[in-house]
Amino acid sequence: MLKMQSDEKNLTVFLTGELDHHKCSEIRKQIDARAEQERPALLKLDFEDVRFMDSSGVGLVMGRYRQMSLLGGRLQVVNVPENISRVFRLSGLERLGVM
Amino acid sequence: MNIQNEMKLSFESRSINEGFARSAVAAFVMSLDPTVSELSDIKTAVSEAVTNVIVHAYGDASGTVYIHAQITDTGRVIIRIRDKGCGIENVPRAMEPLFTTGGEDRAGLGFAVMQSFMDKVSVRSKEGKGTTVTLEKAIIRRGRNDSRR
Ligand SMILES: Nc1ncnc2c1ncn2[C@@H]1O[C@H](COP(=O)(O)OP(=O)(O)O)[C@@H](O)[C@H]1O
Ligand SMILES: [Mg+2]
Repeated sequence: MLKMQSDEKNLTVFLTGELDHHKCSEIRKQIDARAEQERPALLKLDFEDVRFMDSSGVGLVMGRYRQMSLLGGRLQVVNVPENISRVFRLSGLERLGVM
Repeated sequence: MNIQNEMKLSFESRSINEGFARSAVAAFVMSLDPTVSELSDIKTAVSEAVTNVIVHAYGDASGTVYIHAQITDTGRVIIRIRDKGCGIENVPRAMEPLFTTGGEDRAGLGFAVMQSFMDKVSVRSKEGKGTTVTLEKAIIRRGRNDSRR
């Protein structure tokens, strides 16, 4: 199960385990459904418990960035472990100001 | 340079097998005593190539993913990921960062990740026939009496 936590303004999603294409397609819909329902000012993706990620994780972040723009909110990526930050560095996501 | 060890693996192109594929290759490579970061590089690159077969080569159809991994006596790992899927029309363009033909949420960074995490990436593809991606990486020998035998 995907752990999500919200207060009146923010929605935080706690990502865990191995963030590959299989996992990302499962959780994408859950995150979008909840964000559409709550329309948070800020969607936070917490990577603390992610132990593997390939470029599918970057796609997940880019897709949520687009979705939050449509919903008029912001996206923030937090607690990225050192071992997976290399994939993010390659992606240029830093330039979007979400990291 | 001689081949010292090798393994072959084939499995159905279902996304649930992405984790199995990268773990199996990682387990095979363990005999070279790689560092945590070398192992993570290999797992990530294999995950990219296998995901591409599942997402792009076979699309909604189902097919077989073939992996052939070799270890040389010089400590090099060579991994071939092969499919009999749709093939790639223009390989140089497909390898450009951010290029994707893919469905929702593809980042177009799979080849960029493979190239950055491995020493060498080569792609052979024929439209309508399939694609072979070859990944190579030297595993650094770390102060140990020739335990590779
Ligand atoms: N095995 C394959 N069979 C057919 N097309 C492929 C294959 N691998 C890659 N491609 C093509 O190359 C493009 C780029 O791949 P990649 O860099 O991994 O990005 P992404 O998977 O995010 O699209 C894909 O969108 C697809 O068009
Ligand atoms: Mg890809």
